[in-house]
Amino acid sequence: MKWDIRKIKEWKFYEHPQGITIPEAGNAHYYPTGSWRSQRPEINWDKCTHCLFCFIYCPDSSIIVKGEKVVGIDLAHCKGCGVCAEECPKQAIEMLKERV
Amino acid sequence: MASLRELAKKKNLLTGGHRLCAGCGASITIRQVLLASNYPLVCGVATGCLEVSTTIYPYTAWRCSYIHTAFESVAATISGVEAAYRALKKKGKIEREMKFIAFGGDGGTYDIGFQALSGALERGHRMLYVCYDNQAYMNTGIQRSGATPLGAWTTTTPAGKVIPGKPNWRKDLTACVVAHNIPYVAQASPSHWKDLVSKVEKALETDGPTFINILAPCPRGWRYPESKTIKMAKLAVDSCFWPLYEVEEGKYKLNYQPKEKKPVVEWLQLQGRFKHLFKPENQAILEKFQANVDKAWENLLALAQKT
Ligand code: SF4
Ligand code: SF4
Repeated sequence: MKWDIRKIKEWKFYEHPQGITIPEAGNAHYYPTGSWRSQRPEINWDKCTHCLFCFIYCPDSSIIVKGEKVVGIDLAHCKGCGVCAEECPKQAIEMLKERV
Repeated sequence: MASLRELAKKKNLLTGGHRLCAGCGASITIRQVLLASNYPLVCGVATGCLEVSTTIYPYTAWRCSYIHTAFESVAATISGVEAAYRALKKKGKIEREMKFIAFGGDGGTYDIGFQALSGALERGHRMLYVCYDNQAYMNTGIQRSGATPLGAWTTTTPAGKVIPGKPNWRKDLTACVVAHNIPYVAQASPSHWKDLVSKVEKALETDGPTFINILAPCPRGWRYPESKTIKMAKLAVDSCFWPLYEVEEGKYKLNYQPKEKKPVVEWLQLQGRFKHLFKPENQAILEKFQANVDKAWENLLALAQKT
């Protein structure tokens, strides 16, 4: 279900779902955490073999995989932890300073 | 056993946008557990880092049915859901095969939720309990728990003139659960994802209560750079501090034997919470730490041979 929370700050208490349920599954997807980042992963496509290790180790589900291949990074959510760069067996990911 | 290619095609049940710290070991662990399931899930989470950070109202990072419950009661909550499911299934009101997973941190499992866990295991519910063990109450600001290792600095066992960090050894929760004689118990680590995923698959196919204890390194509480989370988990396994094993119907099996057992100081020295142990006056604690690890490891090897 799609749950419209755009005006949630104006809701009266009785307008919230009972029991503080959240009727829309996975809506944290709309909450960007990318601004936490001080460094940004960049993939060197010449080196990447699409082994998908970065995908299984990313804490923020931010390695985008399409049809068995890594195609990019979800920068709206990536927190720049650098785990992917650390674990990439081909050293294909470089962490670059995020511009402010 | 699913390959990474297959896992990457499955629906991701934990979205980005949760508020766990950068490099958090718990989120890597939970993602891997959820990816292993092939069924509709009902998950419960006890109060802890995972719960407060993945379900900050009005947001939830969970793409499956989810219940937040109090610190002490996730095993009771999920066993109740499982019992209700069985009743509805018997009456023909639900047909789908569903699975039930309770998640708790070490605080919610080793300590506060232990009674509820023990009861649920004894009652024989068909559920999986996953403990993500980050070795302290991290969510409230790094207080010691029953899982905190010897000598670790925490805010309630500060290393100083009076005590050199936590004075006690940790509780062996996995062994406590084995003593409940349930059909499947395992220990896993997110650094060994293949082993972790196959353990979750196995647990979900088991008819009865199952338990997996998973080490979830915490950059904030352990004091190491956040990019090293998987390295930390791997070193804990390679030093035999955190052996990967399973106990199926009472039979022990070692799932991974390091080619070369690393000295545990290699794991300790990378973590700020053990920094004080490297002062000359604390040498005896390091030795005791290693001796405890050795003893537990030899004990495990013997059990794996005997059963
Ligand atoms: S870990 Fe490295 S080589 Fe493997 S898919 Fe990711 S970027 Fe490519
Ligand atoms: S830097 Fe961290 S959050 Fe960003 S893609 Fe890599 S592993 Fe994921």
